[in-house]
Amino acid sequence: MARTVWDSSVGKKTVMAVSGVIMLLYLVAHVIGNLKIFFGPGEFNHYAHWLRTVGEPFMHYEWTLWLIRVVLIAAVVAHAVSAYQLSRRDIKARPSKYVHTKARASYATRTMRWGGIILGLFIVWHILDLTTGTVHSGGFQPGHPYQNVVDTFSTWYGNVIYIVAMLALGLHIRHGFWSAAQTLGVGSRTRDRALKTVANVLALLLTAGFIAVPVGVMTGVVS
Amino acid sequence: MRLTLRVWRQKNADAEGAMSTYEVDGISSDMSFLEMLDTLNEELILKGEDPVAFDHDCREGICGACSLVINGDAHGPERTTTCQLHMRSFKDGDTIDIEPWRASAFPVIKDLVVDRSAFDRIIQAGGYITAPTGSAPEAHATPVPKPDADFAFEHAECIGCGACVAACPNGAAMLFTSAKVNHLNVLPQGAPERETRVLDMVAQMDEEGFGGCTLTGECATACPKGIPLVSITSMNKEWLRATRRVAKR
Amino acid sequence: MTYTDYVTGAPVADTKAPAGPVNERWDKRRFEAKLVNPANRRKHTVIVVGTGLAGGSAGATLAEQGYHVVQFCYQDSPRRAHSIAAQGGINAAKNYRNDGDSVHRLFYDTVKGGDFRARESNVHRLAQISVEIIDQCVAQGVPFAREYGGLLDTRSFGGVQVSRTFYARGQTGQQLLLGAYQALSRQIAAGNVEMHPRTEMLDLIVVDGRARGIVARDLVTGKISSYFADAVVLASGGYGNVFYLSTNAMNSNATAVWRAHRRGAYFANPCFTQIHPTCIPRTGDHQSKLTLMSESLRNDGRIWVPKAKGDTRPPNEIPEDERDYYLERIYPSFGNLVPRDIASRAAKNVCDEGRGVGPGGQGVYLDFADAIERMGRGAVEAKYGNLFDMYQRITDEDPYRVPMRIYPAVHYTMGGLWVDYDLQTTVPGLFAIGEANFSDHGANRLGASALMQGLADGYFVLPATINDYLARNPHQDEVTGEHPVVQEVLAETQDRLNLLLSVDGDRTPDSFHREVGELMWEFCGMARTDAGLRKALERIPEIREEFWRRIKVPGTGEEFNQSLEKANRVVDYLELAELMCLDALHRAESCGGHFREESQTPDGEAARRDDEFAYAAAWEFTGTGQAPTLHKEDLVFEYVHPTQRSYA
Repeated sequence: MARTVWDSSVGKKTVMAVSGVIMLLYLVAHVIGNLKIFFGPGEFNHYAHWLRTVGEPFMHYEWTLWLIRVVLIAAVVAHAVSAYQLSRRDIKARPSKYVHTKARASYATRTMRWGGIILGLFIVWHILDLTTGTVHSGGFQPGHPYQNVVDTFSTWYGNVIYIVAMLALGLHIRHGFWSAAQTLGVGSRTRDRALKTVANVLALLLTAGFIAVPVGVMTGVVS
Repeated sequence: MRLTLRVWRQKNADAEGAMSTYEVDGISSDMSFLEMLDTLNEELILKGEDPVAFDHDCREGICGACSLVINGDAHGPERTTTCQLHMRSFKDGDTIDIEPWRASAFPVIKDLVVDRSAFDRIIQAGGYITAPTGSAPEAHATPVPKPDADFAFEHAECIGCGACVAACPNGAAMLFTSAKVNHLNVLPQGAPERETRVLDMVAQMDEEGFGGCTLTGECATACPKGIPLVSITSMNKEWLRATRRVAKR
Repeated sequence: MTYTDYVTGAPVADTKAPAGPVNERWDKRRFEAKLVNPANRRKHTVIVVGTGLAGGSAGATLAEQGYHVVQFCYQDSPRRAHSIAAQGGINAAKNYRNDGDSVHRLFYDTVKGGDFRARESNVHRLAQISVEIIDQCVAQGVPFAREYGGLLDTRSFGGVQVSRTFYARGQTGQQLLLGAYQALSRQIAAGNVEMHPRTEMLDLIVVDGRARGIVARDLVTGKISSYFADAVVLASGGYGNVFYLSTNAMNSNATAVWRAHRRGAYFANPCFTQIHPTCIPRTGDHQSKLTLMSESLRNDGRIWVPKAKGDTRPPNEIPEDERDYYLERIYPSFGNLVPRDIASRAAKNVCDEGRGVGPGGQGVYLDFADAIERMGRGAVEAKYGNLFDMYQRITDEDPYRVPMRIYPAVHYTMGGLWVDYDLQTTVPGLFAIGEANFSDHGANRLGASALMQGLADGYFVLPATINDYLARNPHQDEVTGEHPVVQEVLAETQDRLNLLLSVDGDRTPDSFHREVGELMWEFCGMARTDAGLRKALERIPEIREEFWRRIKVPGTGEEFNQSLEKANRVVDYLELAELMCLDALHRAESCGGHFREESQTPDGEAARRDDEFAYAAAWEFTGTGQAPTLHKEDLVFEYVHPTQRSYA
């Protein structure tokens, strides 16, 4: 069955849809966690610490977190590899362009591809910035995420990178969520409007929720 | 009307193609688009030039032979086939760009004529119900609920013109394939081959080098028969169902 | 000797139809026919030319039986054959409505509708098989219209008083053809059918008096090749395109049947052409083809013209009492649902009187105002929506508000290659099915019967009868490309194309096609006269001569060349047109679609002359422009006794 799925263009789209949904669920949890920053360093840092102790005493320190990370990495890799292979197939299937070009809804396709690449690069930067601290501006302090976040969004480029990525995320979710529903066969004529609304609302809430943090830092609400 | 036509000319499959410009005059707004091209061709023949090759046959919008991309739109600006497009959709003095379907699964044969045999092979892979002549039960033995019959009909209307592929930025044949899968899979007569049909047809579609679906919806917009985009969703559902069921066997 | 000085040769007889009660003949024939051992079938190759309802269903069924089928179509895919454009429906004597229908009634209606110029044996077989066709198509997944209970819906059609027409909205032909195409596709995938799309038959190969193959041109590369078989089946459709403007597809042509005729197959009743009453009128000289509006529209639409001549008021401004619903007036019991030939001629008559409507006065109204009032716009839309849309697209007029304008147009040819009960032509091993044969429709075909006949021939008749021929000729010598006959046919074909390319004149193939078509429409169309036909017969050889002097075909033969294809088809039209006129001239009676002005009743109805013309005219080719030989097949009516048709 795995072979059938992976070898088929429809199957690969399914892989993208499932991995996309996994990442989306994670993002919902992520944005809720992020918003805790507005309740001060205590609550935010406590939340960050709790993430590492989830499941104790059954799980050892950070086991759950690593489990989630492994699932997420698998999802990102599956999503990216499928996307890459499908895009290659798509480009090969339409090698020559029409002489008479028109602006059209392939906008969604283009933003999915570019948006995906932007998000991929962002994830790398984001981890190096706030998880490992490798590229963090100023002194990265493990165990003090509140301060680290404030540091990042105190730089102009930190804000620009983050906000651009979050806008890309919104667009990506907007088409991606609806698209995943079609790929998984849950769309229908009667459900189409509802699905599109859910996609729009999700995209809007997630983007707004994530962008609230840099805006908070910039405006001094978070400092 | 007087019009300027920019037409894709390509001697044969191996030759390089390019746009050539022609002027036509005395075009009536009651003419169909193909009759306008007929007029051009009559002039070209008398001038000793090679007339523009294009596929066409019934000129009633049902055979699916005609296949022109007009000003960037498969079958032109109206939601119909090229043969049913009339010159009243254009204005005097317009410049019209005419190109063939473009997709690597539809190689150009000459000028505006492309090879769409990939579609036939998708049907051959499973787009049928195995019912050898003579084996049929009485037609009323199996009633088909009207909604199912209507759903089947709506998808069976596909004329196999390939506009969906031409319009798709990925050159995908999902709408074509899904139309046939949905037509046959909803019917009780099609049930015994329900799983193999969708799996084999999708596999053949991939094999032919069509692209994948990114749900841009261009195909459904271009479809002269109004096959809806959600048709693809239904096929995806059938495909997933079939994959699960076949894996269990 | 001029062309009109034809000689009457020996009568031709159908030796295959068994004697006995008409309802037992088909069973009897099937039993008497020899069978081919299933294991031996794959050793037999059968060529099928055409992939419409007849060819597609025959190819699929023969392959299912185990024969090796080699099939051809000029289109890029077998799915595009012109059967796809049939709109209204398919008849079958299912009697699901319990409205008094039966096999015998369908048989009766068809013989009567054909104005007593069809064979009883064939028509009865057709009626018997009709019920099986519906079963077969439903099993294939053809999405016929259904009622809320899930059962099949039917409607009524011209010339009958029962509701026996099964339909799939206005696209019945498409759905039936796709059913056959899909069955054929299954056999192509299984390797039982070798399909050659974009390949056009240009000649027949006859070796030792038997059809052994064809010469065909690959339309993409231009390569001319020979293909060999134990039997050849022509399912190449009708020849309505002789008229230039018709409802046929642009590339439908007569080359396959005409070339077979030149190689010895008799051509029967070529003058029997059907003019369909409900087509969209032409708009100008640029017109390349005509579009049919389904006859089913006559179920609810009312046909009328103004009572006064030259009334140019818009239709909605003409009051009720100044309208002439002429079909309802003249034929009160069938009203707007009279057979096609009668409806067409009536339209011509009112237009000739100067009461026609629209540009040039070549049209009559088909009005849905009453139907919309009675059923509501929604119901009319559900029933005819796609036809209304098509009408609006072509004419730019809204038929929901303004009555449609319609005018008759050439639609179908009842004539074709003469075949016996086994559908075999006078060339042994050459079979003709569907519209290509002279078929079961006599002098006029009833609506929704073409689909029935095409599928009956392809699914059921031919696959049963061809066995007999193959079983009786089991070990034919192998024919190869080296055979002198094959070499000769190949050379002739090549020469003909070379000649077309070399004339380099100053007229296009289309201009000649248009010229001969207009001539045919004027003199061999809806009404024919002795003088007119003689005039046409004088003119055709002149056009032919001019053709070979002035034709211009650009390009070469070794490439995709649509002008060359066209020119080669026109060559055959220019010969076939002559035979059609001669047949129309010789048949000095009116019957069905063939109306001779000299032969009419006092009130202008067609007057048949059974004493002289109760026969099928089968013509034998003797040379281009040379008088052909007439062979008569006497028609015997044991069950449906010829009367003056009455639809009043």
